[in-house]
Amino acid sequence: MNQFDWTIGVTGLNATDNPGPGISVIRSLRAHPGFKGKIIGLTYHYMDPGLYASDLIDSAYLIPLPSEGIQSLRQRLEYIKKRTDLSLLIPTLDSEISGFISLEPELRGIGIRLFLPTQQQFDIRSKVHLAEVCEKANLDFPRTRIVSDIESLCQVSMEIPFPYMLKGIFYGATLVNTMDEASMAFHRTTAQWGLPVIIQEFLIGEEYDVLAVGDGEGGIVGGLPMKKTSLTEKGKGWAGVVVKDPKFLAMAETFCRMTKWRGPFEMEVLKTKEERYFLLEINPRFPAWTYLCVGAGQNLPVAVAQLAMGMEPAPLPEFKAGTMFVRISLEQVVKIDRLEEIISKGEIHYR
Amino acid sequence: MDTALLNRLKDIAISDSGFIFDPYSGATFNTNETGRFILQLLKEGNGIDAIQSEIRKHFKTSEEDLRSDIYEFINLLMEAQLLPKSFQC
Repeated sequence: MNQFDWTIGVTGLNATDNPGPGISVIRSLRAHPGFKGKIIGLTYHYMDPGLYASDLIDSAYLIPLPSEGIQSLRQRLEYIKKRTDLSLLIPTLDSEISGFISLEPELRGIGIRLFLPTQQQFDIRSKVHLAEVCEKANLDFPRTRIVSDIESLCQVSMEIPFPYMLKGIFYGATLVNTMDEASMAFHRTTAQWGLPVIIQEFLIGEEYDVLAVGDGEGGIVGGLPMKKTSLTEKGKGWAGVVVKDPKFLAMAETFCRMTKWRGPFEMEVLKTKEERYFLLEINPRFPAWTYLCVGAGQNLPVAVAQLAMGMEPAPLPEFKAGTMFVRISLEQVVKIDRLEEIISKGEIHYR
Repeated sequence: MDTALLNRLKDIAISDSGFIFDPYSGATFNTNETGRFILQLLKEGNGIDAIQSEIRKHFKTSEEDLRSDIYEFINLLMEAQLLPKSFQC
C-alpha cells in the first residue's frame, strides 16, 4: 500500500444545504489507508462549517476572496506555505479555479502543486462555450443562447419557448415560465454573478451526474456516473446512487479526448424517456458528492493528489453500481474560543 | 434473446424480498414472488413458453389467464424500462 504524507490544502468548506465539495474531498483523502499527511482547510468565511470539523482538518486559514485579486491570494498562500509546508492544493469552487490556474506556475515555484486544466480548457467547458464543444464532439446539448441585456432576452424568448432555464455564468439556475419571470431572474442572477446569463431549453428527463478525472493527455484516470434520487428545494442532490449505464462514462471520455482535460470535473447529463443523453453542464472541479466515489471503489481525490505530485496513480478498480449516498446534516459543537481564533487571527490549529 | 439484452437483464439485481435495482438507470422497484420468479426466468434467457411451464410447476394458477398475466408483467417491465419496448419473447 502506497503511503503519502503530503500536506494538502482543500477549499470549499461551506458545507451548508448547498454544500461546497471540500469536506467530501477531505473525507475521501482521509479514507485512504495510506494517508499519513495533514489537511489544511482554506476558506473565505469564518462561519464556513468545515472550519470547525476538527476531526477532518488539522489547521484552517481564511483566504482572500477571488474578487480581491490573485496577488493577495498568492501572498496568503506563501504565508500558509511557511507555516504548514503545504505541498499541494485541491481547489473545489468554480469561481476560484481560474485564479488558481493563473497562479499555478508561481505556486509550483514555491513548492505547492496543483492538478488543474489549462485556462483554455477551463474556458472551453464554460456555459458560454459548451454548446460549441458538444457540436464538435457530437454530443446532444439543449438549445442554448447567451444573453447580456434585456432586449436580447426578449428576442431569445421568442426563439426558445417557455418554460426555459435561465442560468448564471457560475452558479444558479431558474426555471422561468413567463417574460416577467425571465426578466426578474435575469436581474437577480446578474446582480449576483454578473453578465452574461445562459438561456437553455427546458427538457424533461432524469438527471445524472458523472464525476471523472482527466489525465491531461486525452484519457480519464477514473470516473463514475450517479443518479440523483432525492433533491433539496434548491434542486441539489441529497441522495444518489451509482449507475452502470456505459453511455455516461463514454460521454466523459469523449469530452476528455477532445479537450485533453486535466483534473477533476463533474458532467451534468439529462436522459430523456427517448433515451437521448443531453449534456447540460461541466463543472471544472470535484462535486459535493465526491465521497461516494470512495464507497464505490474509486478514490478519485487521492488519484488527483498523486497526479499533482507527479506520481502515476495505480489503475482504479471498476466502480460498484448500486452504491448509494444519503446526506445528513448535523450540529457541530464548537467552543467559542475557536470562533475567536479564526476571527482574530484568520487561522485555526487543531493539531 | 440477443446477448446485449441478456447481459442487461443479468445485471438487474433482485433480492429475495422482491426488491429490484436497475444498475443502468438507478431505478428501484418492488415485486411479488411471482414477479420475481418471472424476472429471474427472463434473466436466464427463457421465452414465454418456458416461463409459462415453470410457473405452472411452481404456482397454483388458472390456465386461461396465465399467458396474459405474464404478458401484462412483461409490459410493466417495459414501462419501467427494465425491458426495451421492442422486447419479444
